[in-house]
Parts: sequence; C-alpha cells; structure tokens
Amino acid sequence: MIETLSNLVPGHLAAHAPALLVVIPMLFAPLAAFMPNGRIAWLLSVLATGLSLLMAIVLLDQVQSVAGGATLSYAMGGWAPDAGIEFRIDALNSMVVLLVSFIGFLAALFGWPTIQAEIREAKQAMFMSAYLVCFTGLLGVVVTGDAFNLFVFLEISSIATYVLVALGSGRDRRALPAAANYLLMGTIGASFFVVGVGFLYAVTGTLNMAELALRLPEVSGNRAAMAGFAFILVGLGLKAAMFPLHQWLPNAYAYSPSFVTMFLAATATKVALYALVRFLFTVFGLEFTFEGSTLIWILMPMGIAAMIACSFQAVFQTDVRRTLAYSSVAQVGYMLLGISIGTAAGVSAGLFHLVNHAFIKGALFMALAGIVLQYKGTSLNDMRGLGRTAPWTMTAFAIGALSLIGVPLTAGFQSKFALVSALFDNGWWWGVIVVMFSSLLAVIYMGRILETVFFRAPLNPNKRRKEAPFLILIPLWIMALINIWIGVQGGFVAGLSESAAQALFGGGV
Amino acid sequence: MIEFVLERGNYWAIIGLMMIGLYISFSATNLIKRLVGLGLFQTSIILFYISLSRVDGGTAPIYYGKDYKAMKAYGAHPPAASGHEGATQEGAEAGAQSYDGAYAATSEGLYNVYSNPLPHVLMLTAIVVGVATLAVGLAIIVRIREAYGTIESDEIRAMDLEVAIAEAADELEEVEAGANA
Repeated sequence: MIETLSNLVPGHLAAHAPALLVVIPMLFAPLAAFMPNGRIAWLLSVLATGLSLLMAIVLLDQVQSVAGGATLSYAMGGWAPDAGIEFRIDALNSMVVLLVSFIGFLAALFGWPTIQAEIREAKQAMFMSAYLVCFTGLLGVVVTGDAFNLFVFLEISSIATYVLVALGSGRDRRALPAAANYLLMGTIGASFFVVGVGFLYAVTGTLNMAELALRLPEVSGNRAAMAGFAFILVGLGLKAAMFPLHQWLPNAYAYSPSFVTMFLAATATKVALYALVRFLFTVFGLEFTFEGSTLIWILMPMGIAAMIACSFQAVFQTDVRRTLAYSSVAQVGYMLLGISIGTAAGVSAGLFHLVNHAFIKGALFMALAGIVLQYKGTSLNDMRGLGRTAPWTMTAFAIGALSLIGVPLTAGFQSKFALVSALFDNGWWWGVIVVMFSSLLAVIYMGRILETVFFRAPLNPNKRRKEAPFLILIPLWIMALINIWIGVQGGFVAGLSESAAQALFGGGV
Repeated sequence: MIEFVLERGNYWAIIGLMMIGLYISFSATNLIKRLVGLGLFQTSIILFYISLSRVDGGTAPIYYGKDYKAMKAYGAHPPAASGHEGATQEGAEAGAQSYDGAYAATSEGLYNVYSNPLPHVLMLTAIVVGVATLAVGLAIIVRIREAYGTIESDEIRAMDLEVAIAEAADELEEVEAGANA
C-alpha cells in the first residue's frame, strides 16, 4: 500500500519530498488566512495536510527502500550541509513524520464541526491558518538536521499553539490564563534549548546534528558541552511535559478548543520527545560523559514519578479532559522509562508507546470533541449515561480507554508488553511493578469514566439519542480501529519503531 | 582568582541578566512584568551568542583591504567560513590546539581577522522569534484584561478558583437531585 501511494507522486517531486513536506502547509497557511470564510480555509487545510501525508508516505518508502533503513539527506536550497541547513531523514524521523502528518490529516478532517461550534465565524479562517502553521512547525522539528533550525521550527509550532489554545476563550475564559502560562513556560523551555545549542556551537563550531555527533566525542569531558547537555535536556523536557516540568499541560489541554486538544495531545509532546531522543542518542550518544547516569538518575526517576504521581492526580479529577491531560503526563513517563533503559529494546518500546499513545489520546479526545459538540459539558457528571444516548461515539471512546489501560488486543497492551519485556531483559524487575501499578491506576481513572458513561442513568432520561456527526465519527473510528489493528497485528508499527531504534544505535546518524 | 573572574566578565553579565529575567518571569504577579522578565531572559541569550562570535582582534565580518581585492581578483568567494570557533574560555580549555587548528583552517587565505558572522545571523532569527512571542503574549494579556478585568495572576487564580468551587457545588447538587429522583 505504501508503495502504490508513493508511486502516485512523480519522481521529480519525490526527490524534494523532505522540503515539500514542510513547505506545502507553510504555503497554504497564509492562503488559508486570506480566505473569505472558514469552510474554504478548512478545505485548504485538509488538502495541505493530505499532501503532507502523501509526502510522508513517499519518505517512508524511500527510507525503507534500503534494508535496515536508508538515511536521506536533503540540502536546503542547494547549500551543502554544514554551511547550509540539512534536512535529514532516517528510520526514526520517517516514523514520527508519518505519525504527525497522519494525525494532522485526520484532525483536519474531523475538526470542522467542532470548529464551527467553538470558534467565532470571523476567526475560523485565521484559526485554520494557525493550525497549518503549527503543523508546519511540528513537521519541521522532525525533519531538520540542524540544531538551530530545530529551535526555529519548535518556536513556529509553539507560537501557533499559544494562539490556538487562547482561542478556547470563546467556550471558557480560563483558556486565556492557561495560554499565557503555556507561553511563559514554553518560551523559557525553548530559550534553555537555545542556550544549550549555543554551548555546543561554542565547543564544536557546528550546528549540524550529524556533524555535532562526530565532533562531540572529541571534546568529551568538556564542561561547556556538559552545560549544553543539561540546558537542552531541561528545555526539551519542558516542551515534552517531562515531570515535574508539566505544569502548563493540564490547563492548556482542558480549556483549549476540543480540536486543538486532540491535535496537541496526539502530536506536540510527541515531537518534543522525539527531539529529546534525537539529542540523547544521536547528537550526544551513549558514550557522552554522564549521559548514562543522566538516564538512570534523572530520566528514569522522572518517568516513574510521572507514572505514579500524575496517575494519582488523574484519579481525582472531576473533568474528563483534565483526567486525560494528567494521564498524558503519566504516559510520557512510560516513554521516558523506556528511553531511560538505554538499550535498543527499551528505546524501541518507548517509541512504540509514543506512536500508540498518539492514537489512544487521539481517539479519546476526538470522542470527547463529539460529546462537547452535542452535550457541551465534559465533567464526569455530564458524561452520565452517554453510552445509551451516543453509543457509537462512546464505544470508540471505550476502545481508546481500554487501550490506554493496556487490555490485550489493543495497542496499549502491545507497547506496554514491549516495555515490560525490555525492563525484564535489563533486570529492572521493579520497573515492571511500577508499570503494573500505574496501569492499575489507569484502570481506576478510566474505569470510573467508563462506569459513569455506560452504567449510570442519563442525566435527563428524555434526552434524545444524539450521536456526533459523521465527519467526527469516521476519523474517530479510524483511530479506534487502528488501536485494535496495532493490538492484534502490531507488526507494522513495532517494526517501524524497532528500525528507528536500530537507526539510533547503529550509528546510522 | 581575580583574573579568572575578570576575563569572563561578559559571562558574568549574561548570567546576571539571565537570572534576573528568569526570576522576574517567575515571581512577578503582573503578567506584563512577567513578559518583561521573559524579554530580559531572551535578550541575555542574544548577548551570549554575540559574545561567542567575538574573535580576538577581529573586525566586522565584511571583507576589506587585501581580502576585498583578492576576492574581486578571483571572482569567487574565499574559503567558506563555515566553522569559526567562538572564543569561549571553555572551548579553549578543551584543547587550545584543536581550537587554533580550526581557526587557522577557516581563516586560511584571509589577510585580516574577522569576527564570526554566524551567531549574528542566528540571533537575527532569534530576535524575530522573540518579537513574535512577545506580540502573541501581549495580545493574550489584552484578552485576559477584557475577560477578567485584571492582569494580576493571583487575582485571576482566585477568580478561577471561585468558579471551580461554584461548579463543583452545582454538580454536587445535581448528583444529589439525581439520587433523590
């Protein structure tokens, strides 16, 4: 299927796929802003994200054309790398690019009804434009091979995100302080990242990530490089909502427009986490002084703390969106735990969970968007009896919830199983206990929601059956079925994440 | 000791500015002041990069004198200055030799010493990013003022808390009403 889709694209375009992937949504963004009404802007954004998805498929095909995964290098504007900016795609990027563009496409498709309901008509075209800018930035972060360029793309996506979050003020004014808070924290995070890159540049004299990876071992033990490492870790950790740097996330997710919550939950933290993995394993490499101890003494405890503390916090929330937001931080903990094992199996499990979690949270927040559209409220009470009044929407929600818990035959089970076996292989049996305990907490907080949805009488028994519109139901069910598909036949995604981890560890920068 | 402190004067200034900015952006309750702190923080980063780009005895990176003539005569660029080392003390500590070697390689064919232009270019981008962030931040604060009537974050938090408590009370009533019915 990948090949047939990839063959649709003529060769001279396929050669420029890495650039087109980012440039297409970037060009469509201002175009969408100038559209007279939201509907045309929405169609443009569906088109742009769809084309990006096609390019991502082309890239995946190109990377997979060589056994073990090729590494594509694209010199932006024809300037040879190091002097010019390089876009570099290997097995890891191609996987994350495919994920982000696929989610972006589905999000654009499903978004229209909720955008119509939640965003004022005069702002809809601008909203779609901001969405495309955010999408551009996220893709740019993933494909770029230049450390400073990564910062620029990170800020492009973040600034658009602040705008998108603030636009939730039409529904709830608390979106505004949440956006302001996110802006402060996010900017500090990005600034820390730049300071770190500055240190690396001072030590090595290059900004190209592949070149950095070659030169950093030469200056191993240099204190400026270590300081740079610390700054980058904190900066990207803030963006990825690494515990305890996650304070911006729950409010931002709870009050932004439903469409934005769904898109951010499935992509934004994932992309920041990708950047973290890229710096940890490609740029610095495991040989880097005290990286091993960073993994064990910082990432691993933070991951575990997130898994437990934030799962507990999720249990005590009365708003379903906040529950899911805290659970997102907890799930980032799983990924960090996988990464902190520092073996190919562990990183591969972490990346596998990253992909699965995007589909899980995508499905859950899409279902919630449908509920917000028809029933307004998202507090636990508002959810009572929805299993009867909106069975199709809530069944998909239930699939996502089961997958989040990690019930067999769902995506969540596959990646948690991979994580647990990686932990066992490394002898970290206590990590397995922590995973089990955190999953148990997930049973409690998701089970509470499911119980309210399916076994409580509806708030108003006379309420007529009201499903989410088809435009939401179809992408929602695609997401839900992907969860089951990965759960039953996890080969495709597991293979992608395995070859991604191999690309990281095989020195195939 | 004094030498150690003095020869890193630029870094002390940058660290001081950075910490002041960070402290303001955390501790101020007024949202505008927090943005000012953020601006200070970002500006200190710009200073950091610019001070990295300085090369001892270097001048503005525009070819002049013999370099300019040589460039005109060959009709081509002199070797691309891709990897000028920033003159950091830490870098020098790492190995004065590799530093000198790299420096000699990149300035090969040049008669004059130029400072490194790349950090300046990077900071142009960073300035644009900073301006955009500031603009979005101020716009959000304007909207906060419209929605809440204040820009003090503790007052906003108190108002949000009241709303949350009222919502919780409403829900409790609803649940009880549901249970009674």
